[in-house]
Amino acid sequence: MARTRYFYLQLAFTLLACLFLIVPVLMSVIAGLTVNFFQGVSSGLTLRWIGVVWDLYAETIFRSLYIAFAALSVTLLIGVPAAYVLAKRPGVVTRLIEEALVLPVAIPGLATALALILTYGGFRDFRTSWVFILVGHVLYTLPFMVRSVLAVLSSFNFRVLEESAASLGAGFWRRFFGIIVPNVRSGIVAGALTVVTLSIGEFNLTWMLHTPETMTLPVGLADSYASMRLEIGSAYTLVFFVMITPLLIALQRYGLQRVTTRGPA
Amino acid sequence: MSAKGGTAIRLVGCAKTFTNGTRALERTALELKGGEIIVFLGPSGCGKTTLLRVIAGLESPDPGGRIFFDDEDVTELPIERRNVGMVFQSYALFPNMNVEENIAYGLKVHGATPQHRAKRVEEMLQMMQIGELRLRRVTELSGGQRQRVALARAIAAQPRVLLLDEPLTALDALLRERLRIEIDVLLHSLGITAAYVTHDQGEAMAIGDRIAVINRGTIVQTGTPREIYYHPASSFVADFVGTMNRVNGTLRDGSLELPGGRIPWTQGGTGAVQALFRPNDARIVTEAEAQLRGVVEQQFFLGDRTRLHVSGIADGLVVVETSEHREFRVGQSVGLRIEPGALLNLRD
Repeated sequence: MARTRYFYLQLAFTLLACLFLIVPVLMSVIAGLTVNFFQGVSSGLTLRWIGVVWDLYAETIFRSLYIAFAALSVTLLIGVPAAYVLAKRPGVVTRLIEEALVLPVAIPGLATALALILTYGGFRDFRTSWVFILVGHVLYTLPFMVRSVLAVLSSFNFRVLEESAASLGAGFWRRFFGIIVPNVRSGIVAGALTVVTLSIGEFNLTWMLHTPETMTLPVGLADSYASMRLEIGSAYTLVFFVMITPLLIALQRYGLQRVTTRGPA
Repeated sequence: MSAKGGTAIRLVGCAKTFTNGTRALERTALELKGGEIIVFLGPSGCGKTTLLRVIAGLESPDPGGRIFFDDEDVTELPIERRNVGMVFQSYALFPNMNVEENIAYGLKVHGATPQHRAKRVEEMLQMMQIGELRLRRVTELSGGQRQRVALARAIAAQPRVLLLDEPLTALDALLRERLRIEIDVLLHSLGITAAYVTHDQGEAMAIGDRIAVINRGTIVQTGTPREIYYHPASSFVADFVGTMNRVNGTLRDGSLELPGGRIPWTQGGTGAVQALFRPNDARIVTEAEAQLRGVVEQQFFLGDRTRLHVSGIADGLVVVETSEHREFRVGQSVGLRIEPGALLNLRD
């Protein structure tokens, strides 16, 4: 079929929309690499600003990374078994728990953070350590892990797989790690990528929960935007892009669509 | 591991009430000899699967019920320690493993050495004729192949008892017939005690040494396929297993009088009675020998036999089956003869 005028109109519109979104990203990247953004690219390209960011904020980058992986560990440890229990015992109580789990996503992060501070702010050592931020991140990311695993669990009859494994002599733990976990792997991978991505980029909660000693990358970004020259803030943004883009690509590749298409027969 | 000759199973007072109050199984007593193959036959929701699951250990009986494997009381043993093999309607193969790994799973769990495992898997693959599938993912198999793998997996670790829950229901008719024969041969050659759940009476007849017909959570009759077919204990069994004619007639002077004639009646009684007989128990005979006369309304050629719907014998149509090769015409009159022993008189 020949391409009609409408095809080209639609193509033009799509490209326009893409440009609208991509140009600011490119501008920001360029800003982080130019000697003087106000003079333009003609002032020359440099990695100097990246170096400055590294000197000033390297710690926030590492902190964000280890908080993300700590959050991942905790959500794996809690989230996968929780999803299993929720799937195994459907009922009013489990339904309520599932809803309650999602609350921190619906409620503004600031409010959740405030509640945490009101409740645990008195425990000074806890309040000032990175673990306090971790708690916030776990609250926020846990439902994504649970839901992702739950979606896979409800796509096949895992009970009958467990029963057949049991009939072959396998006890609970052997069934859980040998049969359940491998068969919900796609959900775990999708959940894990989501958790790490969200945790690295989380600002709302973290802004309230952090102290000067426990600043994370996104909070550092806000700090640099407010107090540093534009090129440094942009270079910092560039660092964030470099960290988050592979995760986003992986999420596209192994993430959500796999949850819906794959499911053991 | 099981001894050759099979494990005897004994159920004493086993009932099952689910937490929502549903009574799936009434108090049931049942004994299976070692090596015996029993079929639990009944309509869906009758409790046959619950009975199987109680034996398996997937459901525990209500307090008071006991289950014995030989002389060992296994009531408190969870399924993983009962050493049963199970085959499910949905196959329940592990999607994260290939065919070989599925079959080896039970052996691995039981701690068999790699050499023994490999040898046993090989035997199973040969026995079920699925050697070429060994490295396939189970998601790449057809229904029939999956069920072969499921059977191989269930018997690989030499269970004491084999339990099959509607294993052929998900397959198409031709494959069902073929696998049914294979399973029958397999079970008898293994000499393993087996319980087989089905709602298909044809399957039950072909596979069972004994059939337990179940209705509303109760075993209403147990017996050999022949006993169940020719001597049903109730009209439920009579109707559920095969086709049954019901005719209303009057008893007088040792005969059953029907609109189409009279036949000898040896079971006593007088007055109105409902008699039952199987389609193949009414023989088509010559005019001179006939006890009953009727008219062919419809004929169905079934290949190995012909089924006739005959009017004029009783108040409704009577179904008659014959293996004679001749063709019948609609409207043709036929004479029938029924032996007194083939007539049943069931009250409920």
